[in-house]
Amino acid sequence: MNVSNTVQRVIGNRLSLVLIGALLLVLPLLMTSSFQMRLAVVVWIYAMAAIGLNLLMGFAGQVSLGHAGFFGIGAYSVALGPSQLGLSPALSLPAGVAFCGLLALLLGKPILKLKGHYLAVATLGLGMLIFMILSNEVELTGGPDGMRVPRVVIMGWKVKGTETWYWITGIALLISVWLALNLINSPTGLALRAIHDSEVAASVLGVDVAKYKLIVFTISACFASAAGGLLALYNGHITPGVSDFLVSVQLVTMVVLGGMGSVGGSLVGAALIIILPQFLTAMHEYEHAFLGLIMILTMVFMRSGIVPSISKAIRSGRHDSTS
Amino acid sequence: MTALLETDGLSISFGGLKALDNVNLSVRPGEILSVIGPNGAGKTTLFNLISGVYKPLSGKVLLEGQDVTGQSPDKLAGRGLTRTFQNLQVFQTMTALENVMVARHLHEKRNLLAHLLALPSVRRQREETRKSAMECLARVGMEHYADQTADSLPYGALKRLEIARALALAPKVLLLDEPAAGCNPRETEEIDEIISKIAAEGMAVVLVEHDMRLVMKISNHILVLNFGQKLAEGNAATIAADPQVIEAYLGLEGDEGEAGAVAE
Repeated sequence: MNVSNTVQRVIGNRLSLVLIGALLLVLPLLMTSSFQMRLAVVVWIYAMAAIGLNLLMGFAGQVSLGHAGFFGIGAYSVALGPSQLGLSPALSLPAGVAFCGLLALLLGKPILKLKGHYLAVATLGLGMLIFMILSNEVELTGGPDGMRVPRVVIMGWKVKGTETWYWITGIALLISVWLALNLINSPTGLALRAIHDSEVAASVLGVDVAKYKLIVFTISACFASAAGGLLALYNGHITPGVSDFLVSVQLVTMVVLGGMGSVGGSLVGAALIIILPQFLTAMHEYEHAFLGLIMILTMVFMRSGIVPSISKAIRSGRHDSTS
Repeated sequence: MTALLETDGLSISFGGLKALDNVNLSVRPGEILSVIGPNGAGKTTLFNLISGVYKPLSGKVLLEGQDVTGQSPDKLAGRGLTRTFQNLQVFQTMTALENVMVARHLHEKRNLLAHLLALPSVRRQREETRKSAMECLARVGMEHYADQTADSLPYGALKRLEIARALALAPKVLLLDEPAAGCNPRETEEIDEIISKIAAEGMAVVLVEHDMRLVMKISNHILVLNFGQKLAEGNAATIAADPQVIEAYLGLEGDEGEAGAVAE
């Protein structure tokens, strides 16, 4: 064995960055309608949130069924920042991310003491609580009707048009991928993977398990809120639906379907969950049933998720042909 | 020389059953203390109490004379105490080298922002960590396994990997929970050498082990537990001749010939 696994992984990381960058550049040339471009923007945004969640689930091994709550907080902060605090929409986005991070830090501390199913239920409750607040605080959030989100203006330039947003969200996605890969390959990432494999062993080797869980929970909440903020700015309107429980489930599905612990997998998962229903609309009321069937089949035949399963198949195929 | 690790009246109960009752021990730098006794005698429980995995009901754990009772395992690791596990706790999805690199954690700068931005300092540090982790693997003769994932390694190698990982922390006190269990005689010999060497370097070693040949050979001191209580303590010769110990433990070993040989 002349190439170490770590080196392979670093090369793999560079490769996935280059591949996603190439995809961003080439895709507009292949797209024939602005509808397709709109879909791409939504895919980039959800992929960002899924990548953040993957850091928590795929690397640290902790589940969250409430990430749509953080997504919603990000979305509402770009609406509330301008209307309540007089912040510009562009500035409201990082402010919302910071607020969301702080909230995750405070709420994560008690919640992350729980494990497995208990953690799942607690995060589920957290997500629902945020959804309730967003729907019921009518005076602040406009209730179920939602809020208008002002356009971003940067030095007199009004940011609008799907193509502009394609590039903004695409670059945001690239930055997210870069940050996530950096984290995974850092000592922090190693500690997180250690926690995933054996909490007790990690702790006797000096890893502060509770602290690392809190760090990754907070980071993943920041990813989700940044994504939510971008979605709100792009749509120009926001309703509490962005923080609905079903969105949390969608995010988890993107991570698991694409492959836990695979950053590229989260992009594939997001693309499937966003795009597939568009193809299935012809099936009318059976749309969701069919979507469910596809998910079940994927999980049965590709247990570790789409991207890890395929890359493993390619690798073993290469082995067979050389040996 | 003062004791590096001491326990004073350590006790814990599980559901009314006294798993450990008033256990005192003391280990000095460079010393190997073995804890023996029948299954269920409380040996692993003792390790769990000392390493902070469980909190004792009463009693104290002293590390370098300081009361560290009830501190979390990672805090104790920071103070220089670590352990291995009887039922292996290796990081299955990582390579052998990565397993050891985790244990260099406390010796690294931990700047989250630098990690997120992959600053050059992170890469430099990673190289340093890799080098010292590699040295630790070499100390247990495992450098050729460095890039294999743990789930593909043979059992004996995993046992040594846990020791290498513990050594990477550069501890003052090392608790080894049945390091030779399931190993063949040659592997046991290797583990014997490794333990003797690290004790010679000044580490205090506490060893839980069923392999009596190994225990009798390398221990400076032996503590015998039975039903959570101290049954006897002393050096190898005293323990091997103690009628109580022979009755409770040595004599009841499945292989009577072996136990007899030890008791002679």
